[in-house]
Amino acid sequence: MDYFHFDDAQAVEPQRPWTRRRFSKPKRWSEAAITCAMWVGFAVVMLPWISIIATVVVRGSKAFYIDYLTTDMLVNSSDDPLNAGGVGHAIVGSLIMVTLAALIAVPLGIITAVYIVEIKGRFAKAVRFFTQAMSGVPSIVAGLFIYSMVVIGITHKYNAIAGSMALSILMLPTVTRTAEEVLKVVPRELRDASYALGASQFRTTVSVVLPNVRSGLVTAAVLGVARVAGETAPLLLTSQYFVKFSTDLFKNPMASLPTYIFGNLGVGSDNAVSRAWGGSLVLIVLIVLLSTLARLIGGRTRRSR
Amino acid sequence: MSQPTTGLATRGLHAWFDKHHALADVSIHFPENTVTGLIGPSGCGKSTFLRLLNRMHEFIPKSAMAGEVLFNGEDIYGADVDPTEIRKRIGMVFQKPNPFPSMTIGENVVAGLKLAKVKTSNKDDLIEECLTRAGLWKEVGSRLKAPASSLSGGQQQRLCIARALALKPEVLLMDEPCSALDPGSTLRVEETIEQLSENMTIVIVTHNMQQAARVSDYCAFFLSGGGPGRLIEADETSKIFSSPQDSRTADYVQGRFG
Repeated sequence: MDYFHFDDAQAVEPQRPWTRRRFSKPKRWSEAAITCAMWVGFAVVMLPWISIIATVVVRGSKAFYIDYLTTDMLVNSSDDPLNAGGVGHAIVGSLIMVTLAALIAVPLGIITAVYIVEIKGRFAKAVRFFTQAMSGVPSIVAGLFIYSMVVIGITHKYNAIAGSMALSILMLPTVTRTAEEVLKVVPRELRDASYALGASQFRTTVSVVLPNVRSGLVTAAVLGVARVAGETAPLLLTSQYFVKFSTDLFKNPMASLPTYIFGNLGVGSDNAVSRAWGGSLVLIVLIVLLSTLARLIGGRTRRSR
Repeated sequence: MSQPTTGLATRGLHAWFDKHHALADVSIHFPENTVTGLIGPSGCGKSTFLRLLNRMHEFIPKSAMAGEVLFNGEDIYGADVDPTEIRKRIGMVFQKPNPFPSMTIGENVVAGLKLAKVKTSNKDDLIEECLTRAGLWKEVGSRLKAPASSLSGGQQQRLCIARALALKPEVLLMDEPCSALDPGSTLRVEETIEQLSENMTIVIVTHNMQQAARVSDYCAFFLSGGGPGRLIEADETSKIFSSPQDSRTADYVQGRFG
């Protein structure tokens, strides 16, 4: 069918009224098979995940009553009925120790990543290697390290500072490696633009490179927090467990959600186990809330795109 | 050969990327307040040469250079010269527009002041002056707080020119500033170049012969011919285009190769 003649060009009258057409593709068996495999894979991954969340929600909700989030276990024992005592002290403890750990590990991790990617210093390769090696350190080893160096060596008692330090050791490699990947994708043109204006390397890093990857750095921090918020072993050796609300970083042990779960599970009675599930539910919700909050803060002032 | 004490000049300039000899023995003088076009086929070392002129070449790992770049008679590669100071006085505009995406239009214009720690009495006046000189004020004057990434490619490039102008450089290096722009934006950038050249030395790399003929007072032809890039010929633009000394220059400007 000829629509167009070069010797006699004219517009072809379109067919009216028009009908929407679907974009069609010839069906191929291989494609169908791969699509199918993808769905199966998706289901295989999602099922355990959904099952975990569902179990935690169902069993954990039993421990909840009106004051569960706001009371501690000072006057109650784990075996008590589920309408007394609570998880408040563990929430406060976890928040304090994870925040402190982040205050230590996030700046240190970003500076380390800057050293590896931006400064490319003489020891960049070695630092990179050790960071990688550090991410493989079992968490209990980090706990033992702080236990022997800080708890036995300096403070002579279990406390929150030691707990935070153990967590920051675990957080550091996660933050560093994520920040490193984030910095690597900053285009060279951007650094060039800054240098061509007479900026020093320090100025370029602080005023151009880091602001440009702000949301990526927030992701690095969130991943770091998520990595350590559920850590139990290092906290058992450093901050231990405490039954009452406490904000003192030095004088006494401090409760945390993982050690609360661990302790209640160890008691073994039905009510205690329910408390453990309740603590798990709180921990999961807390991590989701923290990540959402961090993303909101990190994304708010970002103007690009 | 006497040393020029004004403008920008090079003497026996070489450049290497690791072991690759990219540029050999370039000696040329860019007189004050003139526009010089650098022309030549891809890979002949024009951009490398340009980046040597404000010490941007050294950011490439394993790069090296030899020779001298004389800025008002002083060697900018001298032992006691601060390269950041040189880059403040010899500005640069790149091939791809590269405004800072995390900053607003206004912030971009004065970004150099913050980055190079230069004090200014009135930022707003400076922003207006630079954007006007870059031919962008009419288009963006009313939305200085919009993100720079909201501009079109041509506007972004003129924003980059405004950003370079804010530091009041004596020399402006431009590396194919119009290669990513539409004809309208190209025209406006060329008008900007013409106005700037009244009190600024401009060196511009271009692949567009018409552009070289339109904007430049002098032209320098580079060619590599397999080995390192060399300066074949440099002269007044009209002579390069009408009666070049070297047959290779004639072939190139008439489009017979490259």
